[in-house]
Amino acid sequence: MEAYFDNSATTRCYEEVKDIVVKTMTEDFGNPSAMHLKGVQAEKYVKESAQTLAGILKVTEKEIFFTSGGTESNNLALIGTAMANRRMGNHIITTAVEHAAVMQPLEYLRSQGFEVTVLPVEHSGVVKIEALEQALREDTILVSTMFVNNEVGAVMPVEQIGALVHKHSPHARYHVDAIQAFGKYPIYPRRFGIDLLSVSSHKIHGPKGAGFLYVASGTKVQPQILGGGQQQGMRSGTDNVPGIAGLGVAAAVSYQDRESKNEHLRRLKEQLADGLKKMENVKINGMPLREGAPHILSVSFMGVRSEVLLHALEERQIYISAGSACSSHKRKASSTLTAMGLPAEQIACTVRFSFAEENTPEEVDYCLGVLEELLPMLRRYARK
Amino acid sequence: MTFHAFLIKYAEIAIKGKNRYLFEDALVKQMKLALSKVEGEFEVKKEQGRVYVFCPEEYDFDETVAALKKVFGIVGICPVVIYEDQGFEQLAKDVVSYMKNCYPDFHKSFKVYTRRAKKSYPIPSMEISAELGGRILDAFPEAAVDVHHPEMTLSVEIREKIYVYSETIKGPGGMPIGTNGRAMLLLSGGIDSPVAGYMIAKRGVKIDAVYFHAPPYTSERAKQKVVDLARLVARYSGPIRLHIVNFTDIQLYIYDQCPHEELTIIMRRYMMRIAEHFAQESGCLGLITGESIGQVASQTLQSLAATNEVCTLPVYRPVIGFDKQEIVEISREIDTFETSIQPFEDCCTIFVAKHPVTKPNLKVIRRSEEKLNEKIDALMEEAFRTTEILEIS
Repeated sequence: MEAYFDNSATTRCYEEVKDIVVKTMTEDFGNPSAMHLKGVQAEKYVKESAQTLAGILKVTEKEIFFTSGGTESNNLALIGTAMANRRMGNHIITTAVEHAAVMQPLEYLRSQGFEVTVLPVEHSGVVKIEALEQALREDTILVSTMFVNNEVGAVMPVEQIGALVHKHSPHARYHVDAIQAFGKYPIYPRRFGIDLLSVSSHKIHGPKGAGFLYVASGTKVQPQILGGGQQQGMRSGTDNVPGIAGLGVAAAVSYQDRESKNEHLRRLKEQLADGLKKMENVKINGMPLREGAPHILSVSFMGVRSEVLLHALEERQIYISAGSACSSHKRKASSTLTAMGLPAEQIACTVRFSFAEENTPEEVDYCLGVLEELLPMLRRYARK
Repeated sequence: MTFHAFLIKYAEIAIKGKNRYLFEDALVKQMKLALSKVEGEFEVKKEQGRVYVFCPEEYDFDETVAALKKVFGIVGICPVVIYEDQGFEQLAKDVVSYMKNCYPDFHKSFKVYTRRAKKSYPIPSMEISAELGGRILDAFPEAAVDVHHPEMTLSVEIREKIYVYSETIKGPGGMPIGTNGRAMLLLSGGIDSPVAGYMIAKRGVKIDAVYFHAPPYTSERAKQKVVDLARLVARYSGPIRLHIVNFTDIQLYIYDQCPHEELTIIMRRYMMRIAEHFAQESGCLGLITGESIGQVASQTLQSLAATNEVCTLPVYRPVIGFDKQEIVEISREIDTFETSIQPFEDCCTIFVAKHPVTKPNLKVIRRSEEKLNEKIDALMEEAFRTTEILEIS
C-alpha cells in the first residue's frame, strides 16, 4: 500500500485539471495577447479562471493577478506594496511562524531600510493578538500573516487581525498568505479586511508553476516583473495559460462539497491522532484537533530523529515531511517550532502528516501499523 | 585565429622504452574517448613520435581544450595552424601574419625552432629558423632574439604541410588511464575520497568504487550525491563501476554487540573487508581511501593500523599527508567541492559516539569483533548479494 501524506508539500493533479492543461498545451495553445482567433481562444481560459477565482473570493476579476506560484505572489505583495507605499510609512509587521517566501522578502525590505516587527505566537502556533495591538502604529504600512500555518496547521484569526489593522493603522495594508488555507476555508477578503492574498495552485491539486495574488482595487503595488505589460501591467510575461486554466479548475473542484471534504480530512487526522495517542512518547503539536486546519498534523516522536523516521516510512511507501519540506534542505531547526517554544530535542523529532481528499482510513491504519512496528527499532538504535 | 590541430605533448610516457607504444596507444584511446563528447569529428593520430588532434572545419576551441585538459598523460596542448607548402617566401609571409594575429604588439624575446621532418625541403632547419627570425624582427622592431632563454618559442614543423605553433596550454600530467591496472575507491560523500580517486586515476589507474548506504539513516539524496561525485571523477578517470552496498544491518549488529566507542573503527574494518571482496572480484590490485592522518578519530595512526590490518591488498591513501585546505583546493580544481559539501548525512556519522576511541588497541578490537561471530558472515553474504552496481560515465 502507498500512503502519500505530504499534501501540504504538493498534491496530485485532479483529472479535470490534467485534461484542461493538456488541451491548452496542444489544441488551444495560442498566446492570449495575440490579435488573431487563436489568441482569443486562449484568452478565454484566462478569463474563465479569473472569473472562477473572483467568484470564490467574492471579488472582481480585475483584482486577480496570475503569478508563477505562492512565492512570487508573496514577493509581489510584500516588496511591491512596501515600495509603492513608502511615503506613507516605514513599518511592517509579520509573525514568527511565516514561510520563507514571506520571511525572506521581508528580510530584503529590512535591508532596504524598512523596520520589521515580528510578532510572537502562542504555544499553539497562533499569533499573540495583544502583541499585534501593541505593534500597530500610525506609520505601519503593511501587515502580513498566514491564514493556515504550513508546519503545524495553526489557523490565524484573519478577520480579527484585519479589523485591528484597519482600526489602528489607517495606512496599513493587510496581506494574507493563504497558500495552505485556500480550498479549505471560505475566504472573503472584503469582509475580512484583507487587501492582498497569496494563493498557490499545486497545493490544491492544480499544476505547479501557477498561482495568483488578489490585490484589492485601490491598493498600490509596484510591479516587480516588467515587460510587455500583461495583466494591467502588474505582472508582465506571456500568460501561463495551462497553469492558469488548471488553477481555475482546481479551485472550482476544491470548493465543491468543501464541507464534506473537510470532514473527511478531519476524520483522517483524528484517526491518526487517536492511534498515536495510544503510543508512548508521542506528542501532538499545535491547536486542539478540531480547531486546527483539517489537513495538517504535526507530531513529535520523541527519541527518533525526524529524518530517520521519514526515510524509514519511505521504505514502506509512506511519504511525510520533516517539519516543513521547504525548510528541510537547510540544516537548522524550524523557526515555526522554535517560536512555539518547543525544545530543540523535540523539534529534531517532529514530522508533519498532511492529508488530501483521496487519502483513505485504510492508509491511516496502515501507517499506524507500520509506526508501531518501526518505532521500537528506531528508538533502540539512537546516537549515544 | 583558427587553429586546425593540436599537438599533444607528453613527458613521462616518452621515457618508457619498449613499452612506449602501449602508453601512446592508451593515450590516444583516452583522447578519443574524451573528444567523443565534443561536437564534431576529431581525428587523433600518432605521427612520427608525436600525437596530433586534427580538428573539423567547425569546432568549439574552448570546449575541445577543456576535454583534452581532462586526459591524464597530456602535459601540454599546443594549438597549431597548418599552412600549405607554397615555397619559402610564402612561408615567411604566413609566419609573420601568424605572429600579427596571435601577438598584435609583440615586444618580447623569442626564438624560432624549426623541425624539418620532410627532408626533401630545400633549406636546412637552422637556416629556416634564422631567416624567419629576421623576418619577424623586421615586422616587430621591439622584439629581440634570444636563443637561450626566450620568452616565446615559435615552432615550425616542415611536413607535407607546415605546422606552426607557439603556445602551450598546460595539461593535467600523469599517465593515461589503463596503463597501471585497476583499484577500488572507497567513495563517501565527503571532500577527500573523490580527490583521492582523482589522484590515483592520474597515475593511469582505472577506478572502481564502493559506497556504503545505510537506509533509513542515510537518504536517497545522499546516495544520489555519491553517484554525482562518481560522475564528476569519471570525467577524468573514465567510466567507474560503482558498488552500492546496503550496510544498515551490519552497522546495527555492531551497534548491538560491540562497545559503542569502538563502533566506528569496527565498522570501518568491515567496510574495508567488503571493499576488498569487490576489489578481488573485479581484478583490482589495491584499495584507495581519502584518509589523512589525524583528521578524525578513525584516521589516527593507531586507527589506520587497525583498519589496514583486515586487508591483504595494499591500501593507497594519496592525501595521507595533506592538510584539509590542500585537499579542498584540489577538490575545487576538479570541481567536486560544491557537490561534496551538500549536507546529507553519511553512514559514518549517524551513530558516532561522543568520545570514540582514538588509539584503538588491536587486541581489544579483535576481541570485540568476536562478539559478532554468530551472524556476521551471514550479514556479509547478504550485503554482497544485495549490492547494487551502477556503471557511471
